[in-house]
Amino acid sequence: MNRFHKLDKMTSTRCAVCKYFRRRCPPDCIFAPYFPNNDPQKFTCVHRFYGASNIGKMLEEMHVHLRADAVDSLYYEAKCRIQDPVYGCVGIISSLHQQIQIAQSQLAKAQAELSFLDANLAAAEPTPNHSEPLVQPNGVVDHGLDDPLNNWFY
Amino acid sequence: MASSSSYNSPCAACKFLRRKCMPGCIFAPYFPPEEPQKFANVHKIFGASNVTKLLNDILPHQREDAVNSLAYEAEARVRDPVYGCVGAITFLQRQVDRLQKELDAANADLIRYACNEIPSGLPHMSSIQPITPPQRSIDHYPNRRIGDIDGGGGGGGGFYQSPPSFPYPYANHHQWNPSGSGGNLGGGGGGQGNM
Repeated sequence: MNRFHKLDKMTSTRCAVCKYFRRRCPPDCIFAPYFPNNDPQKFTCVHRFYGASNIGKMLEEMHVHLRADAVDSLYYEAKCRIQDPVYGCVGIISSLHQQIQIAQSQLAKAQAELSFLDANLAAAEPTPNHSEPLVQPNGVVDHGLDDPLNNWFY
Repeated sequence: MASSSSYNSPCAACKFLRRKCMPGCIFAPYFPPEEPQKFANVHKIFGASNVTKLLNDILPHQREDAVNSLAYEAEARVRDPVYGCVGAITFLQRQVDRLQKELDAANADLIRYACNEIPSGLPHMSSIQPITPPQRSIDHYPNRRIGDIDGGGGGGGGFYQSPPSFPYPYANHHQWNPSGSGGNLGGGGGGQGNM
């Protein structure tokens, strides 16, 4: 009875990796926090492209607080590769570059059109009334070109 | 594709693995001896046997692109062991979102001109057309945290059919420059056919 009890305990607490390899899952298993046994697909997916040994080495080489993100990003890339075996997530990067180019071009076009409209708006604004003389910053009243006192033609 | 499986020039893979490069070596066409780092990176991240399996599952005319994309991913992962290519995707996705917002704002201004909310000084406004925003294809990875594996579709159509059920990449990742020495995508090729 004790033997079966121990076996149950071992199998129920094994992570997905150790379950996959049908081995005992030690208390300090490096995979256990990131590959829970209720999500076997996560490990089979990453194992298919990276291999357990490579994943273990990668995790060992980084700080513990970064490992969860690393595993998630590996999982994401692995899923992309399943979806697109030739390009994987690099196809996504390529398409994003393309979208950026198109958006930049369209934005430039829209902004050019707005600049044109703004310029027309400025040009269409009414000029100041000639009956109201302009006062220059130096206090001199400017009656415009029609002012006989203006010797502009000299 | 130069074959390097002659007796005196093993391919980079066989050189790395210290084995004889046989005629018909699956790596030889894609890992020339002049680019040892390419295979070194791929081997470090994926492993030779996984790459072999992957290449065997792909049609021969697609293998060069597949190897180049693997090399790109491997180099990204070597540079950024935590996020790899996902860091680049996050960065680029943010750029797309920013540009989309700017384009929406510019279009809103154009519509205001067209509706004469802002007098333009032009006699006829019917010629003003808002610039059609680019099709939102990639976006969109559904906007969820990593860990939601059943994220649902992110919208299809457009240039790229976004992978279904993929969570949105990390929101707080630092910028990653995707241009590198190997597998440089440059300014974006013409769809998936160009790498």
